[in-house]
Amino acid sequence: MLGLDFSKIDWAEMGKASVDTLQMMGYATLFTFLIGLPLGVLLYTFSRSNSLVLGLIYRVLSLIVNIVRSVPFIILIVALIPFTRAIVGVSSGVEGTIPPLVIGAAPFFARLVETALREVDRGVIEASHAMGASTLQVIRKVLLPESLPGLIAGMTITAVTLVSYTAMSGMVGGGGLGDLAIRYGYYRYEKEVMIISVIFMVVLVQILQMLGDRLVIYFSRK
Amino acid sequence: MIELKGLTKVYGSKKKVTTALSGLSLTVDKGEIFGVIGHSGAGKSTLIRCINLLERPTEGEVWVGGVELTKLGKRELQQKRSKIGMIFQHFNLLSSATVYNNIAFPLTLNGTPKAVIKERVNELLALVGLEEHSDKFPAQLSGGQKQRVGIARALASDPDVLLCDEATSALDPQTTDSILNLLLDINKKFKLTILLITHEMHVIQSICDRVAVIHEGGIVEEGPVSEVFLKPKHFVTKEFINRDSVGDDGVKLAASVPRPEWAKLVKITFLGAKTYESVLSQVVRETGVNFAILQGTISTIKDVPYGKLTVSFEGEDSAVDKTLKLLQERDLDVEVIG
Repeated sequence: MLGLDFSKIDWAEMGKASVDTLQMMGYATLFTFLIGLPLGVLLYTFSRSNSLVLGLIYRVLSLIVNIVRSVPFIILIVALIPFTRAIVGVSSGVEGTIPPLVIGAAPFFARLVETALREVDRGVIEASHAMGASTLQVIRKVLLPESLPGLIAGMTITAVTLVSYTAMSGMVGGGGLGDLAIRYGYYRYEKEVMIISVIFMVVLVQILQMLGDRLVIYFSRK
Repeated sequence: MIELKGLTKVYGSKKKVTTALSGLSLTVDKGEIFGVIGHSGAGKSTLIRCINLLERPTEGEVWVGGVELTKLGKRELQQKRSKIGMIFQHFNLLSSATVYNNIAFPLTLNGTPKAVIKERVNELLALVGLEEHSDKFPAQLSGGQKQRVGIARALASDPDVLLCDEATSALDPQTTDSILNLLLDINKKFKLTILLITHEMHVIQSICDRVAVIHEGGIVEEGPVSEVFLKPKHFVTKEFINRDSVGDDGVKLAASVPRPEWAKLVKITFLGAKTYESVLSQVVRETGVNFAILQGTISTIKDVPYGKLTVSFEGEDSAVDKTLKLLQERDLDVEVIG
């Protein structure tokens, strides 16, 4: 069929690459969430503040977020090699890929969080203040629950982006399906491996998106 | 209960300054329903938000229950705010929380034990008649039901004062009346002081004890509703009253109808129990004057009946004068208009 021969594919390697991709994605998503969510809340809170100091902090934070977001991911990985070595000891493989993935995706997710929080009805926030809620209570009991569907949608987009980032990290020996596709498909012209790798990633993205959409619908009350 | 002294609120920077309130003072007594009426942009929204400091006044003092709010620290203000309930035009409920959790919300803020919350919320659900909707989300409720949740939530922490920000403006007339009745009930049952802002004279007429008319950031007229309603002085007040009733247009029409030149056109205003007495027929029987009613309204202000009649009297001048005098002696307000 089209001169393709799928029989020579090493399925064990394929399986290991899939597990690697899932691991990278899983950890990166987890840490991106842990860093991006507070960062997004800070961005939102500072942008709403009347204080000059907090307004200034917002602008600085916002600038940093924009800079990180505008650097192409492939360059970010290379630029971060010393940093990655410093915290996980290696700069390649599954472990070595997670720090740049997180640093690349967290500012992106933070912006999505900020946008989701902005969608929360101002009246509800006003009402909460009128009932005597503190800023922290407003964040915890109003902003986050009210924006939950938006946050899940943002997390879904981020996870999908991370799938393509893990593939890019294959260029610098990051491991996973992307690595496989590039090493076999691109360097050795073994189209079969590339096709299967890509199909796996498409399926992964589909599953993530479907899961995300379902959760968004489940938590939407409007 | 609420005392505002010299309240001024200025928005904007050096370039463009908007004055929302200019030196406004107002006193609301304990247990009364006080209405503030004004056109949009008159400053009523800023006024109500200054009472719980959602908006901080540029100048002036805000006293609620003997405490000056602008002097309070953050924590003390949060505590004080929990004793000032507020309901809103667009309800402002948490869309992600059930009716039960919405009402429980203010209680969870100060760490009230779960069992206490449960008892209180069930009590409030019964008060506003939403027992069966406890597990629904706001999106599943009608406007009137949402406002009932808003009222229950505002009452949860046992406030001394309830602020109503255009609470019925997004509701249809029937629902408006049911919400107004609920507010009236609550006012009577808990002796709760209510301050409401509105642009509908109907709301003021239905439940308020006293009213203030706000215009361009200041109060232009203030007093018991019956007084302001029946004898409006400021043109804004007259506008509000005429929009809701036939008012002066009806009188003009009545005046334009051809009538004998000796007939005298008179506006008579009744207030209270006299409205339902046969004062007019008793008096004309005594003076022998004939009359025709050209235009009239009989209605109530809160629970006080009132009547406004435009009457043409036909008879000898002296007899008509005597009629007017007798009517005045019976404590009716009489005004010759033509």
